[in-house]
Amino acid sequence: MAKATREAFGETLIAMTDEGLDIVAVDADLAGSTTLAKFGAAYPERFFEVGIAEQNMMGVAAGLSLTGKIAYTGSFAVFATGRAYDQIRNTIAYAQLNVKICPTHSGISVGPDGGSHQMLEDISLMRTLPGMRVLVPADYQSARAAIRLAAEIDGPVYVRLGRAKVPELYDEGLDFKLGGSHVLRTGSDISLVACGIMVNQALLVADELKAQGISAEVIDAYSISPFDEKTLLASAQKTNRVVTLEEHSIYGGLGSTVAEVLSEKYPCQLKRFGMDREFGTSGDLEELLVHFKLDVPSIVQACGSLF
Amino acid sequence: MSRIPNGLKVEDFSEKKIKDHASSVRRKIITMLNKAKSGHPGGSLSAADMLSTLYFGGALTYDPTDPLHPARDRFILSKGHAAPVLYAVLNEIGFIPDEALLTLRKVGSSLQGHPDMRKCAGIEVSTGSLGQGLSIACGMAFGLALDKDYPDDARQIFVMTGDGELQEGQNWEAIMLAGCRKIPNLVAIVDHNGLQIDGFVEDVLSLGDLQQKFEAFGWKTLSIDGHDIMQIQEALLEAKAYAEGPVAIIAKTIKGKGVTFMENQVGWHGKAPNDEETLHALEELK
Repeated sequence: MAKATREAFGETLIAMTDEGLDIVAVDADLAGSTTLAKFGAAYPERFFEVGIAEQNMMGVAAGLSLTGKIAYTGSFAVFATGRAYDQIRNTIAYAQLNVKICPTHSGISVGPDGGSHQMLEDISLMRTLPGMRVLVPADYQSARAAIRLAAEIDGPVYVRLGRAKVPELYDEGLDFKLGGSHVLRTGSDISLVACGIMVNQALLVADELKAQGISAEVIDAYSISPFDEKTLLASAQKTNRVVTLEEHSIYGGLGSTVAEVLSEKYPCQLKRFGMDREFGTSGDLEELLVHFKLDVPSIVQACGSLF
Repeated sequence: MSRIPNGLKVEDFSEKKIKDHASSVRRKIITMLNKAKSGHPGGSLSAADMLSTLYFGGALTYDPTDPLHPARDRFILSKGHAAPVLYAVLNEIGFIPDEALLTLRKVGSSLQGHPDMRKCAGIEVSTGSLGQGLSIACGMAFGLALDKDYPDDARQIFVMTGDGELQEGQNWEAIMLAGCRKIPNLVAIVDHNGLQIDGFVEDVLSLGDLQQKFEAFGWKTLSIDGHDIMQIQEALLEAKAYAEGPVAIIAKTIKGKGVTFMENQVGWHGKAPNDEETLHALEELK
């Protein structure tokens, strides 16, 4: 079954509040889309609508956290991180406040709304902030786990959620930890390291490669910061060929993270798939994957250059 | 003083005592900045009477032995560059030791160039990037209201903004929110000294009629002379007692107040006095 990662947001906050956690949430006129409206319906006194004002949303969340609450924010990734970057940097991250920034509608999978709404630089903006943990769940169950993990951590966390329905890869209760990753397929010829919706693409690519006699390892690198270097390096040492896949700029996101680790600790062949100094554009996700050469045939073909 | 929760101490609230604190605060500002060799005297001096009255005039409830007492009122210095005035006041209370004052802006100091809540006791939230204090205050008010151990408006949140600072759009997002939600325990104090880095606020980007603006957003407003201790005290207590919504105290002040050669001089926004200037200033502030 396919479900969007955003669908986990409101309901997970409800579940945690039911369990007694001191959760509050703030949104900026997108509560229907982020699913925080569900939380607001269940716990109206714990939900704060600030109107179309993302900078204020971050400040309000900061203030809530200063009274001991675990404060979650909504909105879309492009507004929550881009428009409110200074509020995140100078108020939330600088003082390491207990705010969980969980915007939805990240990446090109936003689809028809187009380039203005497809945030491709958020991982980059967030992972360079000292103390900011960055999680990119690949499916509905891992999104639930990420949102829960954020509450367990004292300090700022970024969870990248999406609009598009993606196949469910995990069962409830999966192991999901800070600095962790999942090896979904073991292989010996090439390492496919992906995050978010591209994890499913990586699995499909691995199937195609297998048909061509190439053994691909698939890693779901859901914890961008801190990053699971150990699993990456073990895989790279086995395959000597690493590919990264993300619906984000290849500058500053997962591709950069992997490049940093490999170039310092185990230089080997690396190919990054993602957005290359370009904005997104309108279209359905499947069309966009083809347009930006992130579809399975394009990736399989491009992987050929590593052999 | 029925609003002072049990177990908290309050100072003697006489005008004389507040004035003595304000003088001492001004001398400390000058001394700190001279040692630091950089920093912001103008906006610190313009706020000295208001912060001294807030902390030593009975408006702000706090426990001098516990900066994190849960029953305390909160103060946010949104104009974080005026950190020296807050440090001086917190030193008068005893939250900051005397020896720390002379480490302002030095490596390893608890007294950063702008207030850092992780380094210095008595700082409610780190500030420095302008325009953010009122948003934080709205969130604090929402969070405190969820705590049923206290009435909704028992713990007041005071925020000091600059006047130039109100050019930051985020302020108006927060002002709109606080007015619409009728936040009962929020007080904004505008240090209206009329100057900002590039010149007079009126010339750089006029704020227009600030009182009308706040009122149009649903705030009660009080306009005062920000150097008249009794006016400040009366306004703070009135604002604190008002529970129908947020209150803005628009305080006309003089940047650099108390040191004649700094008064109303744009050049003293962000420059420390040298040794000779410091001697002159301290002589005047005796």
